Amino acid sequence: MRCPGSTERTRGIALNVTGLVLRAAEGGEGGFEAPGPASFDLPPVFSVAGVGVTKPMLQLVLGAVLVFGFLYLAARKRAMVPGRLQFAGEQAYSGVRNGVGRDIIGSRDFMPYVPYLVAMFFFILINNWFAAIPFIQFPTFSRASMAYALAGLSWLVYNAVGIRKHGFLGYLKLQCVPSGVGVALLPLLIPLEFFSNLIVRPVTLALRLFANMFAGHLLLILFAVGGEYLVLHSDNWFYPVAGVAAWIMAIAVSFLELLVQFLQAYVFVLLNATYIAGALADEH
Amino acid sequence: MGGSLNMVGYGLAAIGPGIGIGLIFAAYINGVARQPEAQGRLQSIAILGFALAEALAIIGIALAFVIQ
Repeated sequence: MRCPGSTERTRGIALNVTGLVLRAAEGGEGGFEAPGPASFDLPPVFSVAGVGVTKPMLQLVLGAVLVFGFLYLAARKRAMVPGRLQFAGEQAYSGVRNGVGRDIIGSRDFMPYVPYLVAMFFFILINNWFAAIPFIQFPTFSRASMAYALAGLSWLVYNAVGIRKHGFLGYLKLQCVPSGVGVALLPLLIPLEFFSNLIVRPVTLALRLFANMFAGHLLLILFAVGGEYLVLHSDNWFYPVAGVAAWIMAIAVSFLELLVQFLQAYVFVLLNATYIAGALADEH
Repeated sequence: MGGSLNMVGYGLAAIGPGIGIGLIFAAYINGVARQPEAQGRLQSIAILGFALAEALAIIGIALAFVIQ
């Protein structure tokens, strides 16, 4: 393993460690720029009144339109014997309704939350799958602010649901005072429960979605760009072989990512339902 | 070589959640193997546990990028 030159080293400081592997392989002469968080800062497509509109912002709108269009078209006819589109829509809808809503919130009062859960699931799913759709190929929620906005919405919903059912103080008591605990422990537990249930929850909810999309896309960029570098910019016969292997890995990772993207949409909605169920729970 | 020690630290920090997620799915597979009809109920519990264990790894990767 050769050590890169000093100019190379100064440039390398700003890069993350994923570049190390490739920098070791490139033999020190070249300028391989490892992808990093900066790869996600896309230039604005156009700007309105000084505010730049970027690709992920457009994707949010496109995602909302697609989800609305799909569900509207699937539900429009409501035929007794469903056609192909209606069948797909009904399968997808009942998956979220029964698998998430009814199982988690409970069959007594899950119905008011089904539209929210279904809309959120499909919105996140299509926005995650944008990462794999050709010519779009960018997961919307790899921008942290998008995921934070979504988690903020879910924070508002589950707190509002809980406050409406229990009243403000009753809800605070439900979330912060664990039942069946001795009085001596309460001063220790109440701040912890408050912190964990009302402050950290939306943050982890957003970070989970964001970091999964971010890391997955970063991995894909690394394999694609690194493979290109190894194939085209090396003088050793072995490096192009490794580059082609990297491209094959990129394809394999894309399929893994499809699964991860689906799973993250599911997990997000599942946790939303869990939080709503927790806010609705009776005193025990 | 360039790069940051943060990433090595993150690699170490990911061991814990990795083991945890492995244990969760091991228990899930065990449960389904013993009682296949319980799969529907076990699945959402398993994925919930997976999400909670994964949160640690996720916080780790965020901090690895944030803390310089």
